Amino acid sequence: MIGFILVICLYLLITLALPLYAMLSKSFSTFSFDLANFEFQVDTGSGWGDPVSAAALNERLQKFTAADLATSSDGRLSVVDLFPDFSFRSPTNYRIRRIGSQASFLYGSERIADNEWHEYGSNEFRRIVLRPSSAIGIENYRTYFSTPALFRSIENSLFIATISTLITVSLAFGFAYALNRSTMRFKGVFKLVAMIPILVPSLLPGIALVYLFGNQGMIRELLFGESIYGPIGIVLGSVFFTFPHAMIIITTALGISDARLYEAAVALRASRWKTFWTVTLPGARYGLISAAFVVFNLVITDFGLPKVIGGGYNMLAVDIYKQVIGQQNFEMGAVVSVVLLIPALFAFSIDRVVQKKQVAQLSASSVPYEPKPHRRFDGICLAYCTLVAIFIVGLIAVCQYAALIKFWPYNLSLSLDNYNFEVMDGGGWDSYYNSIRLGLLTALTGTVIVFIGAYMVEKINGFAASRSAFQFLAMMPMAIPGMVLGLAYIFFFNDPANPLNTIYGSMAILVICTVTHFYTVSHLTATTALKQMDREFEAVSASLKQPFYRLFAKVTVPVCLPAILDISIYLFVNAMTTVSAVIFLYSPDTALASVAVLNMDDAGDIAPAAAMGMMIFYTNVTARLLHSFVTRKLVRRTQAWRRL
Amino acid sequence: MTDNSPTSDLPRSVYLQVDRLSKLFGNFTALNEVSLEVYEGEFVCFLGPSGCGKTTFLRAIAGLDIQTSGVVRQAGRDISALPPAQRDFGIVFQSYALFPNLTAARNIAFGLENQKLGRPAIEARVAELLQLVGLPEQGSKYPAQLSGGQQQRIALARALATSPGLLLLDEPLSALDAKVRARLRQEMKSLQRRLGVTTIMVTHDQEEALTMADRIVVMNHGVIEQVGTPTEIYREPDTLFVADFIGAMNQVPARSNGNGSLTIGSLTLQSRASDIAAGSDIIAAIRPEDIVPHGEEDEGNGGEAGINRLEAEVEDMEFLGSFWRVTLKHEALGESRLVADLSVNALRSAAIEVGSKIEVELPPARLWVFPSGRGS
Repeated sequence: MIGFILVICLYLLITLALPLYAMLSKSFSTFSFDLANFEFQVDTGSGWGDPVSAAALNERLQKFTAADLATSSDGRLSVVDLFPDFSFRSPTNYRIRRIGSQASFLYGSERIADNEWHEYGSNEFRRIVLRPSSAIGIENYRTYFSTPALFRSIENSLFIATISTLITVSLAFGFAYALNRSTMRFKGVFKLVAMIPILVPSLLPGIALVYLFGNQGMIRELLFGESIYGPIGIVLGSVFFTFPHAMIIITTALGISDARLYEAAVALRASRWKTFWTVTLPGARYGLISAAFVVFNLVITDFGLPKVIGGGYNMLAVDIYKQVIGQQNFEMGAVVSVVLLIPALFAFSIDRVVQKKQVAQLSASSVPYEPKPHRRFDGICLAYCTLVAIFIVGLIAVCQYAALIKFWPYNLSLSLDNYNFEVMDGGGWDSYYNSIRLGLLTALTGTVIVFIGAYMVEKINGFAASRSAFQFLAMMPMAIPGMVLGLAYIFFFNDPANPLNTIYGSMAILVICTVTHFYTVSHLTATTALKQMDREFEAVSASLKQPFYRLFAKVTVPVCLPAILDISIYLFVNAMTTVSAVIFLYSPDTALASVAVLNMDDAGDIAPAAAMGMMIFYTNVTARLLHSFVTRKLVRRTQAWRRL
Repeated sequence: MTDNSPTSDLPRSVYLQVDRLSKLFGNFTALNEVSLEVYEGEFVCFLGPSGCGKTTFLRAIAGLDIQTSGVVRQAGRDISALPPAQRDFGIVFQSYALFPNLTAARNIAFGLENQKLGRPAIEARVAELLQLVGLPEQGSKYPAQLSGGQQQRIALARALATSPGLLLLDEPLSALDAKVRARLRQEMKSLQRRLGVTTIMVTHDQEEALTMADRIVVMNHGVIEQVGTPTEIYREPDTLFVADFIGAMNQVPARSNGNGSLTIGSLTLQSRASDIAAGSDIIAAIRPEDIVPHGEEDEGNGGEAGINRLEAEVEDMEFLGSFWRVTLKHEALGESRLVADLSVNALRSAAIEVGSKIEVELPPARLWVFPSGRGS
């Protein structure tokens, strides 16, 4: 039993804590050319001259400034710049040797790191480049904060996240309020529609917005000359993809309010307006705060949407991508990641505190509120919800329309050409099948790992310290932005010294990364289900001399089956739509549909990108339908006791 | 400590022996050097207020929370360090902990299924147990389809399925409503007697303990206050705590004069013999039903005519059906009051009403003295 908990602890340690540590240490490792580490001798035909260090040569020539000498892990410095008389045709011979044990130089691609003299003719000598030596320091952070183009992203990210949070939470509150407090029709339909954004990658609304408001957009006049590429587009798209998250939290918060408070308000002859401000809002305040921080976190850590529609407007998550993929500057990518971690961790911890308070409020016994018909109010609610539903369905419909049109805006005839992914960048149909494989593998392994881990935390007696350590590790992924996790995986798993580096570039690393990325919510679902089981089952089973795994298989798993199915569908849907963590980790063999959407959009193939995005959507809808069908079927068979 | 031997005339062997058991949770001592012997076939109740350590004691015997120090022997075998699965007991919890996804029959069969028994043998045993607990028709139902009392009996059948040597009951009746509880009390007791299984029950309900137990273990603050039969515990309490916790007890601060004499204000009374030194502060205690109204002195209580009599004023009267609960005031008692349970007849013959005076006797044999500063 203790073996199990160690294995799962080890899993989270390897897939979460160690990569993050690798990333953190990377952000503090600086690289520079230390010229004092190299010595030269020159023979112009009259024998070898005295050895002279590169530092002395540079002192004399003032060739490289300190800024030139600071570099990344990939930096290379040509030595011939230190010899103004150098000509590759001259008969001069050169000797170079390293001093100390840190630095190295390259002859072509051959790395030389000994302390011997090496002799080259002038034609060979021009192929010598110096490699930087590494040190620990805050140099990267100094560079970051002295580069306005970089640190302005902090401001941008905070601004966009704040605005999006305000808009989303207000809209979602209105929506949830209408669902909870009115007797309008079509509530079921509205609930389903509100869930749609969860089923698509966050960049899909970006594509729809381009079609609507882009340079050749269908209704771009509505922006009155403003550009959709930038803050407006990011905020609109963010509202779309964070809406369901906020809506779920606020609906729960409104759902637990006590009808007796409203009866008291009526008895005291408080107006509807006053009741709203003194009863409704305070009752839902924890839900609102929680929703705000969840939305804030989602927006500030999202990468796909600002990548598609951000234009020149820099955001932190996109900066990580640009530094790593665009400039191969891994150290600076690590620095931006650490910067992005700070607001994410902050939002996360506040959310945790608030959630705890809300649970305390929930345990009080209360009478559920039953709304009464009110013609005018119900009408307003219906109109409002219809508007929101049009916004959500509209964006999806635009995507589908775009995917089916031959060539917007010139040839509006319908065709399936855009589904011919083989001729586009992004990995073709294989990427779609890879995504499905990733989804299934993530759902399978993730559910097993998460459920066993939660079982250990909930049901094992003693080992309090290791259990709370595990609980902490399990809560962490929620606070770690996907981009940060992905980058951390590069540092950790791509290290040749790591025995696990064989999984780098394989499907396995994508599965592991996705499971870890979405660990927290799954873990909470599992622990909630396990908490509802009687604490004494284990004791009874032991008294009947039954091994714990028999109880686990015969009682624990069957009783928790609905939760287990919920975890697996959650993992599947997220594996299908995630972009941020896997963008750094896929290889040509394991290209993914969600990444293909991004890459095709990047390459200008926006219609095929929309087509692939819609494939993801339909797949997730199918998976959801399958899930509810299977759940219903299984519940009928194994949960007969529940229907009593 | 009073006589620990069981009430039965038959000599019985010790089945469970607990020796100086302690359990610490951090700095908190939940059990402090507790020793106890339970005889074969005996029904023992652990009784005490919440937090007294009775459940901790039971869980230590079961091996669910292993003790910090001390020894537990069952049937001569040292089981102190064994995990629950290697001990020999069945257990019923307050929540019953019935597996919700298994039928009543499958719940009962849970402990039988990997014992190399054939399916017919298991089915026969399950049917036998369902019969035993009086639910022969309910085997195919799920726990949620059963009433609280039925669930409790299924849990009992499940605990008895493997024929354990020791049955542990952790507040098994407290989740039930009063009527069902009274009936199940009888049923469980007679079932236990029929099967002769050594049983330990934890309860905070003194009525339950008094009606069901062969012997009661009264616990407080992690130690055993007294062990004895229900009548011993009730009639001969060792400590003020036991006297107060079981049944009602009038308590009046007093001063000892030695030799069983005591002073309360201007009153000098005779009490049971005690070795409390003269001059020390004591608590004088008497049960409401032991206070005798004038004219009803019972010579059997060792009363000598004329002593321990006092004239008190009736301050309040409460009708409780079969008797009256009368609150008495006397200037010697100061702020303290005496509560007496007087029969309807006694009241009628004395024509008592609020404000009237009544002469009552506190029989010396029923007047207890305890050192003050302990117990409640």
